[in-house]
Amino acid sequence: MSDTPVIALRDITKTYGESATTVHALRGVSIDIAHGEYLAIMGASGSGKSTLMHIIGCLDQPTDGQYFLDGVPVATLDSFALGVVRNRKIGFVFQSFNLIPRTTAFANVELPLVYAGVKKAERRERARSALESVGLGDRLDHTPNQLSGGQQQRVAIARAIVTNPSIVLADEPTGALDSESTAEVLDRFDGLHREGRTVIVITHEHDVAERAARVIRLRDGAVIEDVRQSGHLPSSRVGAQR
Amino acid sequence: MNFSSVTIALRGIIANKMRSALTTLGIMIGVASVIVLVGVGSGSAAASRKQLEGLGSNTLTVIAGGFGFGRGGGTQSRKVTITDADVKALEDKQNAPDIAQIVPTVNASNATAVLDGASTTPQQVQGTTPNFSSVRNYPVQYGRFFTQADYDAHANVVVVGSTVVKNLLGEQADLSSVVGKPIKIGGKTFSIIGVFKTKGSNGIQDQDNLAIMPLSTIRDTLSGNSGTVDGLTIQAANAGATTAAQSEVTSVLLAQHKNASQSDYLVLNQASLLSTQAQNNRTFTVLLGAVAGISLLVGGIGVMNIMLVTVTERTREIGIRKAIGAQHSHILIQFLVEAVLLAGIGGMLGVAAGVAGTHFRIVNVQPLVEPYAVFLAFGFAVFTGLFFGIYPANRAATLRPIDALRYE
Ligand SMILES: Nc1ncnc2c1ncn2[C@@H]1O[C@H](COP(=O)(O)OP(=O)(O)OP(=O)(O)O)[C@@H](O)[C@H]1O
Ligand SMILES: [Mg+2]
Repeated sequence: MSDTPVIALRDITKTYGESATTVHALRGVSIDIAHGEYLAIMGASGSGKSTLMHIIGCLDQPTDGQYFLDGVPVATLDSFALGVVRNRKIGFVFQSFNLIPRTTAFANVELPLVYAGVKKAERRERARSALESVGLGDRLDHTPNQLSGGQQQRVAIARAIVTNPSIVLADEPTGALDSESTAEVLDRFDGLHREGRTVIVITHEHDVAERAARVIRLRDGAVIEDVRQSGHLPSSRVGAQR
Repeated sequence: MNFSSVTIALRGIIANKMRSALTTLGIMIGVASVIVLVGVGSGSAAASRKQLEGLGSNTLTVIAGGFGFGRGGGTQSRKVTITDADVKALEDKQNAPDIAQIVPTVNASNATAVLDGASTTPQQVQGTTPNFSSVRNYPVQYGRFFTQADYDAHANVVVVGSTVVKNLLGEQADLSSVVGKPIKIGGKTFSIIGVFKTKGSNGIQDQDNLAIMPLSTIRDTLSGNSGTVDGLTIQAANAGATTAAQSEVTSVLLAQHKNASQSDYLVLNQASLLSTQAQNNRTFTVLLGAVAGISLLVGGIGVMNIMLVTVTERTREIGIRKAIGAQHSHILIQFLVEAVLLAGIGGMLGVAAGVAGTHFRIVNVQPLVEPYAVFLAFGFAVFTGLFFGIYPANRAATLRPIDALRYE
């Protein structure tokens, strides 16, 4: 099984707009990501990182090219199947947290399980333990506006992992956090990686990328560097080009 | 649909209190007006029905017509009269086989009644025959009605309606207490021998503001004896015979009065008039209901409007939900439940307001709470929420996750 990549991108392009105003956000990206990999995506602003992540997360479709998820061409999936994939297979963490406002941390984390049709008792148990795993067992009834940025992002992580997905995607998860919260969140990602999940993180920060075993660098919608780091390589090597 | 959809939807409603309140208000007004207006329609129908019952069964009313303009002219207001001889002729089974009973009445106008120093002027002071009570459906509650013996003796006895007693002794008066007491009417003294059972209003007038005495007595005391009567109530042999009785009355009267024409006598088959009126009332009710239904429809469009705004405002939230695995049906149900809840709450408040509203008299009609109107209005309100919620809910559900997430 480990021969088949979890994620296989073949010549993915994404174009926005028409004629004069056309933007080529991705210009032929091909990447294979193996099961259990810890991958960081870097690149300048506007280089297409989020666009790529949205395609990987099945939130958006490429203009051209093929995307195989666990060997299945995503283009062949209907909207119901895509919903199931987003619910069970992928956990998405956004830079801006994207918690549902006026809704408690517990209810936010429980929601993916509601959509998965999990029974109430089990739902409660799993939502609680997911929140405990990010150190927020005592904040179940707090609404997002009663939580700090780092706490909100940890709620978002709990929500992403509550359905036990094999892939966790994070688009600049620490972009809005201070260094202490950043460390908390990154420790959590390390943990997810150790649990055997495939973790993909978009980041601008070297100390974030440093934790990943593999770093992909984008420029103008194309992959310009794909480096596997054995152990913890010095950050200077990745940061040199910045 | 599970409990969570309801919770999620309720949360949405509470988060936008003002807007939700205004929407509910629209539905509430629609539902309340359906209940009240249908209530007015059926209330006025009930009033006619009561009037019909008040008349007694199978009765015709005969009034000498041709008021004022006839050949008689001058001060005489009536061209023709109904005489005692006419009554005799009508009683003849040969001439009028379909007539069962005849109740002649003679009126005394503006006779003031005085009891224990208090005075009132009953709407009607009438002399009549002992069969009045049964034919006109005026049962006596306390004491008794006058008998043929009283009639033959020209006894100074009177039976009064409850309003007369209340006007004399106050609202709380013990109706039975007046039985046996002397009362002065038009300056003459009578003994009260009975009080009629309260009939209430017939929708036009109070049916209890009257004093009834033997016809022989009233001629001796108040009206004088001209050998004529002011009106006749005729009871047909059975319900099917009223039309036949009606034509018999007309032909007997015309035979009696050689120089009168058919239009000189008004023979009212009030039962049939009232049933026509009841028919009109039904049309009226439907019309009122339709007007109210339109306001309910407008309320429904209000729900749609609010739901569209809600969907637009919560586009990003819809994107988040889709990103974590919400299916089309989840979003659809969430917004549908919200729309139906809004409409349902409005409908419930409307039922409360409408039922409360029927406690007031409207255009002199006491509205009735019609269960069918309540259920129909409430059901329609919920249906409105469902119907007008489907479009916005579906629009929300079909949004692509990335578009919804990017929405600002
Ligand atoms: N919906 C859109 N319509 C038009 N152009 C878009 C849209 N989304 C992204 N783009 C363009 O595509 C390019 C890539 O955008 P993307 O968001 O992927 O960049 P990014 O690498 O994530 O940048 P950042 O680090 O600032 O988040 C940009 O030039 C952007 O302007
Ligand atoms: Mg981005």
